Amino acid sequence: MNAPMQPPESRYAVLDAAPRRARDILLRWEVILVILLVATIVVNTIVSPYFLDVFNLADATFNFSEKAIIALGMALLILVRQIDLSVAAIVALAAMGIGYAAEAGFGPAGLFATGIGIGILCGVFNGFLVTYAGLPSIVVTIGTMSLFRGITQVILGDQAKTKYPAEFLELGQSYFIKMKESGVSWLFIPPIPLSFLIFLVLTAIFGIVLHKTATGRKLFAIGSNPVAARFSGIAVDRLTFLLFVVSGMLCGLAAALLTARLGSMRSNIAIGWELDIVTMVILGGVSIAGGVGSILGVFLAVLTLGLVTFGMSLNNIPGQVVSVYIGLLLIAVIAIPRIADKLGLRTGR
Amino acid sequence: MKGFVNYRELALGLILVVGVAAIGAYQPVFLAWENISDLLTETSVLFMMALAQMVVILTRGIDLSVAANLALSGMIAALVSQYYPDTPLLLMILAGVITGLVLGLINGGLIAFLGIPPIVVTLGTLAVYRGMIIIIAGGDQVNASEMGAAFQAFPKQVLLGLTSPVWIAIGVSILFWVFLNLTRAGRGLYAVGGNPVAARYCGIDQKKQEMLAYSISGAVAGLCGYLWVARYGVAYSEIANGYELTVIAACVIGGVSIGGGVGSVAGTLLGALFLGIVMTALPVLQISPFWQMAISGAVILAAVVINARAEKRPEKLILPEARRIGRVRA
Repeated sequence: MNAPMQPPESRYAVLDAAPRRARDILLRWEVILVILLVATIVVNTIVSPYFLDVFNLADATFNFSEKAIIALGMALLILVRQIDLSVAAIVALAAMGIGYAAEAGFGPAGLFATGIGIGILCGVFNGFLVTYAGLPSIVVTIGTMSLFRGITQVILGDQAKTKYPAEFLELGQSYFIKMKESGVSWLFIPPIPLSFLIFLVLTAIFGIVLHKTATGRKLFAIGSNPVAARFSGIAVDRLTFLLFVVSGMLCGLAAALLTARLGSMRSNIAIGWELDIVTMVILGGVSIAGGVGSILGVFLAVLTLGLVTFGMSLNNIPGQVVSVYIGLLLIAVIAIPRIADKLGLRTGR
Repeated sequence: MKGFVNYRELALGLILVVGVAAIGAYQPVFLAWENISDLLTETSVLFMMALAQMVVILTRGIDLSVAANLALSGMIAALVSQYYPDTPLLLMILAGVITGLVLGLINGGLIAFLGIPPIVVTLGTLAVYRGMIIIIAGGDQVNASEMGAAFQAFPKQVLLGLTSPVWIAIGVSILFWVFLNLTRAGRGLYAVGGNPVAARYCGIDQKKQEMLAYSISGAVAGLCGYLWVARYGVAYSEIANGYELTVIAACVIGGVSIGGGVGSVAGTLLGALFLGIVMTALPVLQISPFWQMAISGAVILAAVVINARAEKRPEKLILPEARRIGRVRA
């Protein structure tokens, strides 16, 4: 008689995830980026015989790894609807601190700590203004961009810092992992510079945190709807603050790597980087409206941009012309799916 | 009167007057007519660029490509002057303005009709426009000796003690005031930025308004491109590099809300004037020019804090924190 009560049948099927369709997978941002990356590699290999050389490729990573490290922090900020335009200025301020610390006789560990410490302080300042004072981050970081670089200019003037310990420069200028061949031509350990190795490790950490932990889900929730996230008990302000600190910390780390690579710093170091970094993140599929994005996408975009730039420089194409292609790439990658939508090639979701 | 000049602008104006008086008391040369005329000439481009940027920000947009647009339009005007020196001056200026207008229309089209966020579009076109200068000019620069005499003489002409760029800036400012306050399209810009949904229900076409805003921004950048190139006597790819952020800073100091729908011609002009004064006062006060950036950064931050306080209005929300979070999106 006492049969267990059946739950009332729902009129709606509530699925755990959207049904997977082949077309959706093919049109995923990461897939588009992989196609773009493969196309870049194929075209460059055909055009230049020097492109597919492990040492050349390893050297190519020097030019984008520092920016790429900062891009990871920027990706999380843009994901939660914030932005940090002061990143390049933080790099300058931290690099100056490293320059003075080097003159005071600090070793490599001390210099990295100095850079990261200054970066964290700058991040705390940004985070405080955005979360505690409740100001829009785009305006705050335009202000702190001027402020941080301005402080660097005031202290440094037209001087340059060029004295660094040899071990510090060694870290930035040589391969951290040396080339090891095993005798089989395709089986070898490639040479990897420290900056690229750090970028790879950080990518893995950021990927796990964002996609596999509760904190990561909270970030998506904030980005999708900050008010709803707050009402769901997510500490929106605290997490946002933390992201600004992380962004500052990564800038400090990048500053140490950059100074070690260049062996000198002036107040105009890393100028204009903020826009390059935002380009990496947006091309990586992180939506400027918040709540959408993946670390894999950012990683693929970083590699694509890095290899496009490297391939073009192998063919003696000047930097500003390269930036034309990168600008067009950025707009095209975002515009083409929308044009396809307009033409009715994809049914709207 | 309240609609004409509000308290915030009055306060900013007072700060400027007191500041200028203090600098003048310390260094009377600062108040010499020659210096003031120089200051206004030097700032005239910033006046116009800030007004154009305000129009874009009113619609909740942003135009990061203005400096690149200025450089490219200036290069086109300079090239016309170099290769067709017999062209009437007005047509050379028009070449710059039309180039700027076309570049602005490209921005507007991508933003209004494809719905791509303004910051993404203009970040992309910023790189494209600047790179185009190298492609068009073959990597060369156009020097003063290659430009026509009339082309370069115009920005230096003086009428009633003020140079022609200042008169142009005055004319453009009046046009902006009339347009933003007395025309349907101008009010539409405020409506679209203030509340897009309500604007739509009132029958305001958001796409048209956005196209309008970005083409104004482009055309003004084109005009300023000519003025810049003709005044400094050189056109090359690095002109006004990073100037877009100075322009936005002038708007922010002038009380333009990055959230859209708030901003006035008077406030924006004062914001630009503030930056202009900081730049010209430092050498007079014998302060190293390296201070300039730090000071403008501090001023921007102070202005944002003050603006945010002024904009705060009571809202019906359950948590006090939510009030802040709700306004987070810029």
